[in-house]
Amino acid sequence: MVTSLKSSLLSAAAKPTHLDFMDNLIIAGKTYSSRLLVGTGKYQDFDQTRRAIEASGAEIVTVAIRRTNIGQNAGEPSLLDAVPPSRYTYLPNTAGCYSADDAIRTLRLARELLDGHDLVKLEVLGDPQTLYPNVVETLKAADILVKEGFKVMVYTSDDPIIAKQLEEIGCVAVMPLASLIGSGMGILNPWNLQIIIENAKVPVIVDAGVGTASDAAIAMELGCSGVLMNTAIAGARDPILMASAMKKAVEAGREAFLAGRMAKKLYSASPSSPTTGLIGK
Amino acid sequence: MIELSINGKQQQFTGPLTVTQLVYQLALVGKRVAIERNGEIVPRSQFDQTPLCHGDQLEIVVAVGGG
Repeated sequence: MVTSLKSSLLSAAAKPTHLDFMDNLIIAGKTYSSRLLVGTGKYQDFDQTRRAIEASGAEIVTVAIRRTNIGQNAGEPSLLDAVPPSRYTYLPNTAGCYSADDAIRTLRLARELLDGHDLVKLEVLGDPQTLYPNVVETLKAADILVKEGFKVMVYTSDDPIIAKQLEEIGCVAVMPLASLIGSGMGILNPWNLQIIIENAKVPVIVDAGVGTASDAAIAMELGCSGVLMNTAIAGARDPILMASAMKKAVEAGREAFLAGRMAKKLYSASPSSPTTGLIGK
Repeated sequence: MIELSINGKQQQFTGPLTVTQLVYQLALVGKRVAIERNGEIVPRSQFDQTPLCHGDQLEIVVAVGGG
């Protein structure tokens, strides 16, 4: 399955010369040129948020939905000014929700808030310590949201069966974790991710756990359609520079996947330089 | 007087009051918010025609940074 996927992508890549072809990410029928999706949380201020997101080249940004501070001045700066929804595709999330009901309520509010925008990130957490997803509640919420017309990009564990079930429910993208949210531990189970990618007919986007650029590149080399991250950028010493690094890593990993890596072998006895014409022989 | 629960806090207002008037009184005019009343979304187009009753539970939300 992965072989056929790779070969179809490779043949698409091979026809025109090299990188002339458009290798876009398509989610719910909409085309994006960047395969890096970023969060908007944990930055020092809105100016840093704006600059980091610009440097990342991301077109899809996640936002959270929270109670407004009543009684605070209406003129205070807003995320919507720093990251205008006219320029970026907002992906409202359900971070902090521990039940299907809370997640559904949050996304109904998000849809109203964003004038009917129905592309959403569903995440239902199971435990405040680890932020590990509660897949039972996630499945329940996904089913209802899809029936209500939402286009659901769903955060989940790296369980291939659950990922498949979420796709069958009608989610437009499946987003398994690389490791726990905010951990920066990188990709802990590439084998499971590979099974998920092999079986999926919707984009698979690694969400959570990426720590540095090589993690993002590995995710893309596995054949993921994209990578979603927040803390890896916002938590870096220089978030703007890390955002730029992540942009390149995602692009490099994607190109390496399409290029098809050489086979690994312990040794080859086949040097890259000619074996003939050596002097003194 | 009518008492409303707004984002989990009790607040008193002089009635009668519509959602539009509440938004004005809370100084939220011009701010992009979404409102849920007793578990149901109040569409922005219906703020004018939605009267608030004593004991209503309101959630008023905005978009903030998040991952």
